[in-house]
Amino acid sequence: MNAREEILSRIRRATDDVPQGERPGDVAVERGYRHADGSSREEIISRFAETVAEYRATVHRVDGDELPEAIAEALARRGVQRLAVPADLPSDWLPDGIEALRDAADSPLSKESLDGSDGVLTGCALGIAQTGTIVLDAGALQGRRVLTLLPDYHLCVVRGDQVHGLVPEAITALGEVVRDTGRAVTFISGPSATSDIELERVEGVHGPRTLEVLIAG
Amino acid sequence: MRVGLFITCFNDTLFPGTGRATVEVLERLGVEVDFPFEQTCCGQMHFNTGYQREAIPLVKRFVDVFSGYEAVVAPSGSCVGMVRELYGRAAELAGDRGLALRVAELQPKVYELSEFLVDRLGVTDVGAYYPHRVTYHPTCHSLRMLGVGGKPKRLLDNVRGIELVDLPQAEECCGFGGTFAVKNADTSTAMLSDKMQHIKSTKAEVVTAGDNSCLMHIGGGLARGRSGVEAVHLAEILAAGSGERGSS
Amino acid sequence: MARNERDAATAAPDAFSGGNKRDTPPFEVTAKVALADNQLRRNLGKATQAIRDKREAAAGEMPDWEELREAGSAIKTRVMRHLDEYLVQLEDSVRRAGGTVHWARDAEEANGIVAGIARENIGEEGTREVVKVKSIATDEIKLNEHLEKEGIHAAETDLAELIIQLAGEGSSHILVPAIHKNRAEIRELFMRELGLGDLSDEPEVLAEAARIYLRRKFLSAKVGVSGANFAVAETGTVCVVESEGNGRMCTTLPDTLVTVMGIEKIIPEWRDFEVFMQTLPRSSTAERMNPYTSFWTGVSEDDGPREFHLVLLDNGRTEVLADEIGRQSLNCIRCSACLNSCPVYDRVGGHAYNSVYPGPIGAILTPQLAGIGSSPGADSLPYASSLCGACYEVCPVKINIPEVLIHLRGKVVRNKQDNGGAKAKLDPENVAMQTLAKTFSDPRLYEASQRAALVGQWPLARSGAIHSLPGRLAGWTSARDLAPVPEQSFRRWWREERGGAER
Repeated sequence: MNAREEILSRIRRATDDVPQGERPGDVAVERGYRHADGSSREEIISRFAETVAEYRATVHRVDGDELPEAIAEALARRGVQRLAVPADLPSDWLPDGIEALRDAADSPLSKESLDGSDGVLTGCALGIAQTGTIVLDAGALQGRRVLTLLPDYHLCVVRGDQVHGLVPEAITALGEVVRDTGRAVTFISGPSATSDIELERVEGVHGPRTLEVLIAG
Repeated sequence: MRVGLFITCFNDTLFPGTGRATVEVLERLGVEVDFPFEQTCCGQMHFNTGYQREAIPLVKRFVDVFSGYEAVVAPSGSCVGMVRELYGRAAELAGDRGLALRVAELQPKVYELSEFLVDRLGVTDVGAYYPHRVTYHPTCHSLRMLGVGGKPKRLLDNVRGIELVDLPQAEECCGFGGTFAVKNADTSTAMLSDKMQHIKSTKAEVVTAGDNSCLMHIGGGLARGRSGVEAVHLAEILAAGSGERGSS
Repeated sequence: MARNERDAATAAPDAFSGGNKRDTPPFEVTAKVALADNQLRRNLGKATQAIRDKREAAAGEMPDWEELREAGSAIKTRVMRHLDEYLVQLEDSVRRAGGTVHWARDAEEANGIVAGIARENIGEEGTREVVKVKSIATDEIKLNEHLEKEGIHAAETDLAELIIQLAGEGSSHILVPAIHKNRAEIRELFMRELGLGDLSDEPEVLAEAARIYLRRKFLSAKVGVSGANFAVAETGTVCVVESEGNGRMCTTLPDTLVTVMGIEKIIPEWRDFEVFMQTLPRSSTAERMNPYTSFWTGVSEDDGPREFHLVLLDNGRTEVLADEIGRQSLNCIRCSACLNSCPVYDRVGGHAYNSVYPGPIGAILTPQLAGIGSSPGADSLPYASSLCGACYEVCPVKINIPEVLIHLRGKVVRNKQDNGGAKAKLDPENVAMQTLAKTFSDPRLYEASQRAALVGQWPLARSGAIHSLPGRLAGWTSARDLAPVPEQSFRRWWREERGGAER
């Protein structure tokens, strides 16, 4: 018997107490937890701003038309010169005088050039107010996972209408992406952190050490 | 109401004063107490140490002795926990359907003392007078197995003359754990020394709890350290004084 | 205590050592060594207290915490009852998404699979190295040692894993493997092992040193190795939950990714993340959400590894599954809340458990995975608890750890009684328990023994207290006095006051 057959037969023997006719769905799973946040849009967005900030990420709320200006200010404050961006980033998000490293399908950025950049600017798939989480799914304005991994600074734009209240709402929304496209999904909640030394939180070990979030609209 | 007193082998042999106090409190509240002599031990020590086949006759004995009572009261959260939470499993292990049914019928009628007083009798003032500084340690089995919650504290709150002080880290185990205290004596002692430190920090004269097993362990440590703090079972505090209940 | 003694304790063989399993010492023996280490006690106590309070706050702000625990438990129960179906479904989903699925009956088979993939993909030039993200399953099978024998270095990239790898020690905590070390010890280690100049002991500085050291490895690695927190049968999605970003590095940068996962880590649907992405972070690091969670479904074009291998590991799990009470141990999502809440773990630390699974969950999982009767160490673990129940209270998937502990104690005793021959029958504990059981079975005998105890204690009781007991009971009086047995038992008082049958 090969390993697969042997493990499966071990499992069948081990669970011979389970009635023959029982289907997985017959084992009841009560989902009595909250599924939707009934708060107003404004309340949800402010909660998102608060929970993101609690991870010691920098958060700004800006009007939609002020976005290019806010981006330019953030990049200037940080002193970013070489900025990695996904291929589809709108050009009006890019301030003058910044060297944009575009990650195009036909000429992908190397790991080394990403490692040598000063930061990365992306949008996101959605945000979660309950937990202060930004979700990337390699969709519009986000690009490949490696983009937001190697640079030390991540500036992320979240539109107000992308913010969901609770985790279950976000999981539902992401289910379609996963089922239909199989694209990878990344949850980001604050900058890279470790608590491995005396359980004292330190920002940034491997991932971006600085996360800055612009909530637009 | 007529209740069967389950004294527990531990109290019967080592802490008879707790038994007498339990009778005193119950009778003061008009409860008729019966003590069936055929009772011995609930089987907890055997069961929890792994001698489960050996515990089955003790489970059967308990069920035989106490099945006829309207309610059964014991001054021990841990022994009541055994009956309420583990007797079903013991009956299952015995492969005895009849026993399982009798156990299920008996279980809801078995009470730890503070539960019986507060839930069954609806009493929180038992008319006690105890002019001492006291801190209360919630034992693990009362707290987590039975969920007695704030009941013992509510009873203590109504004791006249008492000065009740909160115990820091109260919900942490004292390190007794039955045979754990002997099998893992070093770890048990480490847990005990922290518990004693917290008790001493309250400057209480007395530490109380609903279980003499934990109190024997805590009190034994306090005595060895000549700490001047005494371990006294909850029933004994509730039995102290004249029995006159407050008008407040 | 001397440094080398502690090193000896931390390097002790564990329950999964293989070969001569008899070498695994009992918990009480290693616990005694750990208890004597005051530095360890301080390091641990400080850390667990902080995380306990934080966890309580993180769970406390959730009005539906109990419903989430209930749902998590039910989902896992469903999985375990139909594990064969879900595994076949997962295999199919992963294949359709471009991944390769391997099945491993035991550690040896799993190690062989990973080594084969690594050999094939590392290439001949450059360092023979794979980058690894913290995984307890690979610790369990001793993958690093195996790869080392094949001439491949497995570079641990989680900060804590790096610390203990450099120190040549084993993990002492599921979540924070180096919880037993303080900053001064880590500073000294980094200066010595990484060949760095003078460092301060600030955690920021130490983390920065690790960042620089590991960045080069990430950029050049050809093969990444990970564990899995969850894998979804429905979609084939694998999930790694982490904080530092090293998990993202290992699962994104190398061309080849190998994930080793215990067969119990499966969840039925994508939707089930609704539950676990709420309960796991709050129970483990006590945050609303951990910094990074990666979900990948097979391979994606241009984004991440070009090859993905999933190794499904049994290694004793089907034995655990076969025990109807023990089965719930497989529900564990490795959050470590039970460790942090456990007063025993808090005093002795992880190494005392002689297993990659320490604390309350280790006390039930290790003896089941290694086998009851496999070593004195495995058999001692179900007793490494005062049964206080704090672990059950915090468990996000409601594993009734005390129930399983008691059940396993029964198995340990029955195994000794039934298979241990005359020696087991004459064991003092067994003799005492048999005698007591007989005594309690007969009220007359019971009363007689009460009187005998009264007489028997005379040589021991001095000035109102017993200060030392003989034999196995000496542990009691090592730190505690014992009040002597009173003259009048309760039942004698009752009989004298109120009458009743004379014996």
